[in-house]
Amino acid sequence: MNGENYTTLEFPSRSANESFARTAAACFAAQLDPTLEEINDIKTAVSEAVTNAIVHGYPDRVGKIKMRLKIKENQVLEIVVRDWGVGIADVEQARTPMFTTGGEERSGMGFTIMESFMDTLRVRSVPGKGTTVTMRRRISCRIGR
Amino acid sequence: MALICTEENRRMTAAVEGELDHHRAKELMEELDRRLDEGLPRELTVDLSGLTFTDSSGIAVLLRTYRRMAELEGTMEVVGASKQAMRVFQTAGLDRLIRFHNKDKG
Repeated sequence: MNGENYTTLEFPSRSANESFARTAAACFAAQLDPTLEEINDIKTAVSEAVTNAIVHGYPDRVGKIKMRLKIKENQVLEIVVRDWGVGIADVEQARTPMFTTGGEERSGMGFTIMESFMDTLRVRSVPGKGTTVTMRRRISCRIGR
Repeated sequence: MALICTEENRRMTAAVEGELDHHRAKELMEELDRRLDEGLPRELTVDLSGLTFTDSSGIAVLLRTYRRMAELEGTMEVVGASKQAMRVFQTAGLDRLIRFHNKDKG
């Protein structure tokens, strides 16, 4: 498929939207004809990014989350998850495996999973202003496409 | 998401079905705790063959259950995990700590 395509979703930071966001991302990615493994990797990474925004971006209130999905050149899917919440003071520390400030239902593996399931991960955060997570994944070109 | 527990002679099977994420994890942990406290199993099999998706919440659930079983001086194994679930668990190195038997689904 050639040419850019994109969509943007906006939803409140309610945990019921974790499932909605990853399913929506999978539906959008479907136009790149991904394998089941690629779809599962994208769903898992989106689930982590959106959960982080819900749990850590807005710990005490319901706020706005925006997810932008974009198809770029060479079958690259770009996913941007943005919140306007509390932000992360130390991004490096937050990206450390097993580090978490969340409750016992959190494992501290969110960023590690995003990193290993996607090709690139960029995290920009300003305390008090919010966090933007940008992930990219190239979908393989299959024979006979 | 659903949890179905069966028990016989302090051998418990806990089957988790549906999708597991942060939205469902706390509820599942509390339900598992309650079942373990009631049944005090010596052997626990966590059956994930009905689990269609998990994110890192699944890591937290399995680690907590593993620790609870250690407190009860029991053993725990996991069966039926999908490729997607195993990929998540292996990222955290869970396969070095917990016994997985996933013959059918790799």
